[in-house]
Order: sequence, then structure tokens, then C-alpha cells
Amino acid sequence: MTTTPYHPVIAIIGILLVVLNLAALLIWIERRLLALWQDRYGPNRVGPFGLLQPLADAIKLFAKEDWIPPFADTVVFVIAPAIVVFTTLLAFAVIPVWPGVVIADLNIGVLFFLAMSSLGVYSVVLAGWSSDNKYALLGGLRAAAQMVSYEVFMGLSLMGVVLLAGSFRLSDIIDAQRHLWFIIPQFVGFLLFFVAGVAETRRLPFDLPEAESELVAGYHSEYSGMKFGMFFVGEYIGITLISAMITVLFFGGWLGPWLPPVIWFLIKTAFFLGVFILLRAALPRPRFDQLMAWGWKLMLPLALLNLLVTGAIVLGAGT
Amino acid sequence: MMSILRTLWDVALHAFQPRVTKQYPEQPAYLPPRWRGRIILSRDPDGGERCVACYLCAVACPVDCISLQATEDANGRRYPEFFRINFSRCIFCGYCEEACPTYAIQLTPDFEMSEYSRQNLVYEKEDLLIDGEGKYPGYNFWRVAGVQIGGKDKGESENEAPPADLHDLMP
Repeated sequence: MTTTPYHPVIAIIGILLVVLNLAALLIWIERRLLALWQDRYGPNRVGPFGLLQPLADAIKLFAKEDWIPPFADTVVFVIAPAIVVFTTLLAFAVIPVWPGVVIADLNIGVLFFLAMSSLGVYSVVLAGWSSDNKYALLGGLRAAAQMVSYEVFMGLSLMGVVLLAGSFRLSDIIDAQRHLWFIIPQFVGFLLFFVAGVAETRRLPFDLPEAESELVAGYHSEYSGMKFGMFFVGEYIGITLISAMITVLFFGGWLGPWLPPVIWFLIKTAFFLGVFILLRAALPRPRFDQLMAWGWKLMLPLALLNLLVTGAIVLGAGT
Repeated sequence: MMSILRTLWDVALHAFQPRVTKQYPEQPAYLPPRWRGRIILSRDPDGGERCVACYLCAVACPVDCISLQATEDANGRRYPEFFRINFSRCIFCGYCEEACPTYAIQLTPDFEMSEYSRQNLVYEKEDLLIDGEGKYPGYNFWRVAGVQIGGKDKGESENEAPPADLHDLMP
């Protein structure tokens, strides 16, 4: 770990504040952007430009009856929504926001991120299981299958980056992009990671675990009140996490001319948040068998091929 | 693959298209003159109530939201003692307007009737009566009806011939 000139608690509180507020703001941003692309206005009544809409939503969620179905497995039912928020927030610990500012600059940063995002699956699966509802169970099953299969090439797609940078530490990966962002040499890896990231966050077009048009609300059908709110917030933190990771791994993190590093980091992350929302605005949901077939028959071989070619090039050029 | 990118691009271009939403309270929507909205009771040109309390509107009403009680004034002219429309039941079908023989009850292009309490949607006669003549200016039922009331005898209505004297018809 690198030594920081300030107490790590300050960084923890700062990043927590920024991430959680950003997640709340994303609710507003997403609805406004979706509306913009659908020629509507979206929420614009509560506060200036409707900015206080998340606050109104939060008040509504807190005021709702927090109902636990009598047939549910109570303990697991209560724990499940906390897991997704917990793991995604933990993953933020390894993301360097600007030079020297990171909660824990682990030398296995990439692996830690992958581990945490994998653990997030438990939240969805357990929620679907403990609800004891057929739609929730179907959603949980789909989540398990989808996220486990997309996990595989998500990790593999990042190995190209790790090979080029020669380190699992995220700040080293950013440093290695001083001359060339990894989007150029690792374009295939970027595409694979992006697709896997969308699937990992259960966002449209890969929102099959939720699939409100077929499964009611999927794994969180039985959830209400702030427990549902936790899934909601967890989803937005997840998008922020994936966007930040794409920025760090492929777009040089804080690197950029003229502006201060943190601004560059935020601009790049915000751009990918926008892309996530654009995906939701534009794309239909694939069938489940298509999803699995693409994951195993297209994405996984591509990831392996990418890794092979990158490895060969690094081996050839390095010696 | 290309179709996905094409879709994304097309949707993103919609950011520069005008929005179809009308900001309703600030930009009022256009309501056609025949819009069936809030019900009113109109008056004749002399300022008297047009309603003759015939109950036809209450009978025509499919949801039974109109209730009234007929009475007569000193001139023998019928009018409603009370006239009550429960707008929480009203479906704005306009049958009452069609049934009305005196053009008294009319629907207006106004729908902004929200209330916090359901009870406030029950409109009494003083809420319903307006000072104007509504859609039929100049029409006065009592002036054209061949009915004898105080101040107007048989044959004094507009376009009405004097009543035939039965004794003159003798052969």
C-alpha cells in the first residue's frame, strides 16, 4: 500500500459520500436522459429541473410499508438486499480517483474488483430464493446462470490489460496508459468487458433477472420499501462501478490534458454512465437462450483469443 | 451488430428533436368548444333560470349523479328548489345536455375540478348557475313555450297564434 498524506478515513467518507449521492442523482439523470431520448421531459417539477426528485423518491420509499411476506425465509430475505450494496461499495475501495487518492491501493486490485462483483450475484440469487415466489425464483435462477457465465469472460477480458500493464494494481494500470490508452491495443477486451459489465449490473439489454415484462419484477418482486430501495441503489452503484472501471482500465483513468485529474476521471465516468442509459433507451432484451449462447459460444472464445494474441505480442515485443 | 450501433445512434439523435410533451399547467391544452367538461346551469336573456325542473336530465343520467327537486314560484313558473350534481360520479357523457328541453344544463370546456375532499365535488345550484346564456344566446323557453304563467297569457308567446275560441268554431 502506498502511504497517503491524509487519514484513510477521510478518503473512505469522501468516496462513500460521492458514490452514494451519485447513485441517488443517477436516478434523476437516468429518468431525464431516457426522457430526452424519447422526446419527453422526465421529472422536472420537484425542485430546480426536478433535481429533488430522488429525495422525494427516498421519502416515498421510507414511508412505504416494509413488508416481509409470511412465506419468505426472513433472515435471508433481509440480508439479500444489503449484500449487493455492500459488495459494490467495497469494490470502490480499489479505484484510484486521482493520483494518490485511493482507499486501498491493493496489488491485486483487478482481482479484488472481480471478486466483489462476483459476490454481488449472491444478493440476487438469495433474494430470488428466499422470496419463495415463482417469478422471483425464476429471476434468481436467470441471474445465477447469466452472471456466472458472464463472469468467466469478464475476468479473461481484463487479463489483456493486466498483461500490457504488468500489474494487477489499478494505479499501475493507469500509469501504464500515459502514452496510449488501452482502448487502442485492447479494443476487443474493452468490448467484452463492456458487455460483461452490462450483464453484471443486470442492466438492459441484459436485465433478464428483472425482466419486468415477463417476470413481474424478477428477483425483487416481493421486495418493498427501503429493501427494494437497496436493490435500486445497488444497481446504480453497480453502474457507477463498471463505468469507473472502464475508465480506469481502458481510458486512462485520471489521465488527460489541461483539466485537473479528478475532473477527467469524472468526465470519463459520466460518459460511460450516459452510454449505460443510452443502452437502456435503445436496445431490446434478448431471449435467455440467446444470452447464454452468446456468452459461451461467442464472448468466451473471443476473450481467450484476445488473451492469446495479446500474450503473444507482449512476449514477442518484451524480449 | 451494425443494427445495434445504428439503433444506438438513432436514439441518441433524438436528443436534438423537439419534445412532444406539453408542460400542461404553464401551456394550457387546447379544448374544442364542444368539449364535454364541467356542467353548468344557464340563464335566459332576462336573467331568470332556464331550468324548469322537468327531471329529464336526472332520468337520462346513466350514473344517477343529478338530483333536484321541483317547485313553483308565485307566477306558476317551475324551477328547481335544489339542484345538485355529484361530480365524483359524473362521467361527462352529455346525456343531460341532450335531454334538456330548455337548454338549461350545458357542458363546458373545463375539466380542472380537482379537490382534496370528495365531498367538495358535490356542486349545489349556486355553484352550477352561471350569469350567462351559454351556447344558446337569446333563447328563452318561457317566451316560446305556449304555456300560461303569471305575466304571460295563452297566445302571447313568440310565433304563437292566439288560441282558437271554441265558441267561434260552431258551424
